[in-house]
Amino acid sequence: MNAPLPRQWDSLRQNRGRRLERAASLGLAGKNGKEIPVDRIIDLLEAVIQPGDRVCLEGNNQKQADFLSESLADCSPERINHLSMVQSVLALPSHVDLFERGLANRLDFSFSGPQGARLAKLVQEQRIEIGAIHTYLELFGRYFMDLTPNVALIAAQAADAEGNLYLGPNTEDTPAIVEATAFKGGIVIAQVNERLDKLPRVDVPADWVDFTVLAPKPNYIEPLFTRDPAQITEVQVLMAMMAIKGIYAEYGVTRLNHGIGFDTAAIELLLPTYAADLGLKGKICTHWALNPHPTLIPAIESGFVESVHCFGSEVGMDAYISARSDVFFTGADGSMRSNRAFSQTAGLYACDMFIGSTLQMDMAGNSSTATLGRITGFGGAPNMGSDPHGRRHASPAWLKAGREAYGPNAIRGRKLVVQMVETFREHMAPVFVEELDAWKLQKSMGAELPPIMIYGDDVSHIVTEEGIANLLLCRSPEEREQAIRGVAGFTPVGMARDKAMVENLRDRGIIRRPEDLGIDPRMATRDLLAARSVKDLVRWSGGLYAPPSRFRNW
Amino acid sequence: MEKLNFQFESVPALPAADPALCGVVGSGNLEILLNAGDAPNLCVVEIKTAARGFADTWQAVIGAFAAAHPAGGTRIAINDMGATPAVVSLRLAQALAEYQGGVQ
Repeated sequence: MNAPLPRQWDSLRQNRGRRLERAASLGLAGKNGKEIPVDRIIDLLEAVIQPGDRVCLEGNNQKQADFLSESLADCSPERINHLSMVQSVLALPSHVDLFERGLANRLDFSFSGPQGARLAKLVQEQRIEIGAIHTYLELFGRYFMDLTPNVALIAAQAADAEGNLYLGPNTEDTPAIVEATAFKGGIVIAQVNERLDKLPRVDVPADWVDFTVLAPKPNYIEPLFTRDPAQITEVQVLMAMMAIKGIYAEYGVTRLNHGIGFDTAAIELLLPTYAADLGLKGKICTHWALNPHPTLIPAIESGFVESVHCFGSEVGMDAYISARSDVFFTGADGSMRSNRAFSQTAGLYACDMFIGSTLQMDMAGNSSTATLGRITGFGGAPNMGSDPHGRRHASPAWLKAGREAYGPNAIRGRKLVVQMVETFREHMAPVFVEELDAWKLQKSMGAELPPIMIYGDDVSHIVTEEGIANLLLCRSPEEREQAIRGVAGFTPVGMARDKAMVENLRDRGIIRRPEDLGIDPRMATRDLLAARSVKDLVRWSGGLYAPPSRFRNW
Repeated sequence: MEKLNFQFESVPALPAADPALCGVVGSGNLEILLNAGDAPNLCVVEIKTAARGFADTWQAVIGAFAAAHPAGGTRIAINDMGATPAVVSLRLAQALAEYQGGVQ
C-alpha cells in the first residue's frame, strides 16, 4: 500500500496569507481597507510580489494598466527578479523595461505591436526567454491551466471603498485575468481612474480584489480600431465590392468578424450603398463579433446591423453605443460591457466568417504578420481565422462552404476564412512570397515553430485586386498553389503562374476576376463610400461619436 | 523621371468619339489619357513615371491589360507618381470603360 503523500494541501492559501501580512505590516491595507496611497505602490508591489512569481500585467491592444506597469518597472531588481510575465500584449515601453532592468526574464504573450523590434533585440541578446506566442483565447485558457498568475495587476475605471470595481466599456480581458488569479490563491491589484461612493455597476466583486490604487492619470486606451475613411483607396473599394458580391452575397454571411484595417473598413462603408443596391440588407452582416468600429456607424444607422458584441470599446464611441443599446451589449447603467474572452468565443464558434488582412502569404496560403527584426505576435486572428472542429450547429453559409470543401454528402460545414490583401504593400513589397519571413524569424528566436498567423488549410478565400480565389474548390495542392498565384498579381510569384492552369481554374469558377463578377470598374470610386471622412461618421452618428483629437481636422 | 514605350496586340476596342481621362497625378496615383490610335489591333502606350527601374513590371501590367480587354486601336498616355500595379490596372480598366461608354 502506498503511504499518503506528506504534503501541505493549502500552500497557495498560506503563501497568499503571508504576502498580505507583509503588506499589512507596512501599514498597507489590512484592516485599513483595500485602498493603497499612490505614493506607496512600490512598497506594496515589493511586499506582495516574490522572485520567480508569475505576474499578469493587464494590457491588450486597447486599455493598459500603465501606472502599475511603470511602478513595477521602478521596483528594485534586488527585491523582485526572475518574474515570469503573462500578458495579452506587450505594448508599452515599461513592459520591455521590466526585462531590460532585470526584473523579469520570461514572457508568454499574444501580441507585441509597437514594441516588436525591441523585443526581437532582447531575444537575440538572450535577455528574455519567450515561452510561447498565443492567441488571446489560448492565453486565457492557459491562465486556468498551467500559467495561472500569482499576482495580477489590472486596470479598472472606478473602485468603491470596499474594493468593488467598475470596468466601464473597456471590460476587455479583466474578468478572465481576475477569475484565474483570485480563485487560485493569487493577489489582485487594480489601478483605478476614480474612487466613487456608489459604482454605476459592479463588474468585479470586492472579494476578488485585494488592493486598489488611484492612478495619477486615467489608464491609457489606444484608439486602435479607428480608420479614417479619407484614407481608403479606390483599389480597396474595388476589393470590397468583390468581397461583398462574390462572398458575402453568395454565402449569405450573416454572422461575422472583421479584422482591423482599411480593407475591411471599406466593406463596412459599402454596406449602406453598394450592398444595399444589391438588395442585401437583412441578408448579410446582421450579427457581429467586433469592436465598435466607427466605420460601422453608417451600416448600423442604415438598419443593416442587429447585434454587435465587442472585445473592447473604442475611444469616442461610448455615447453612441449607449444610445444604441438594441445593437450593443450594455448594462442597466447604460454603458457597454465588453469581454474579450466571450467575444473571442463568439468569433470562434458562432461566426460563419472571418475576413482580415496580412503582411505576407506563401504558396500554401499560410500567412504571417511577422517580418524580419520584429516579433509581433497574433492577437485574436488565429482564433477568428480558423475553422473550429468543435462546431456542431449548422447555418446556410457554413453548410455551403462545407459542401464546396468536402462534397455534397459532407457531414460537417466549414467556416469561411477570407484573407483580403493588395498584392503589393507600400514600397512595392510583395505580399505573396515563396517563403515567409516567419521561417527566418523562427531561427533567430530559437522557437519550436514559425510564427504563422493563419494556416493555409484554414483559408477558404483570398481576395486581391486581381480577383477572388476560392481555395475550397481546389482538389489538389497544385491547384491550390496555382489559385493563389492566379490572384497574386504582378508579384514575382504571381508572374510565375502556370497561365493555362490559371485559365482552367477561372473557367471552373475557382478564380473570379472583377469582370466575371459583373463589377464595373468605373463604380470603384470613393463616391461609393457611405462616409468619406471622420466628419461624415460624426454626422451619421447624429453627433454622438466623439472622435479623438488626432482624427479631427475640422 | 523615366519614359517607357510599349505596344501590344489587342482585340479592337469600340471606337469612340471622345478621349477618356482617368485618375490624378498624385503620390501613389497616376493619370491616364486614352485616345483613339491608328492601328485597330494595337494598344500603344507611352509612360512617364517618377519611379525608375520598373520597366518589366510595366510591361507585364500593360501586356495583361491588352490581353484581357479589347484595347486595340487605342493610344494611352500615362503620367505616373509611383502607383502600384493594382492602381494601374484599375485605372486602365476605368479609362477603357469610360472610353467605350460603358460597353465592356
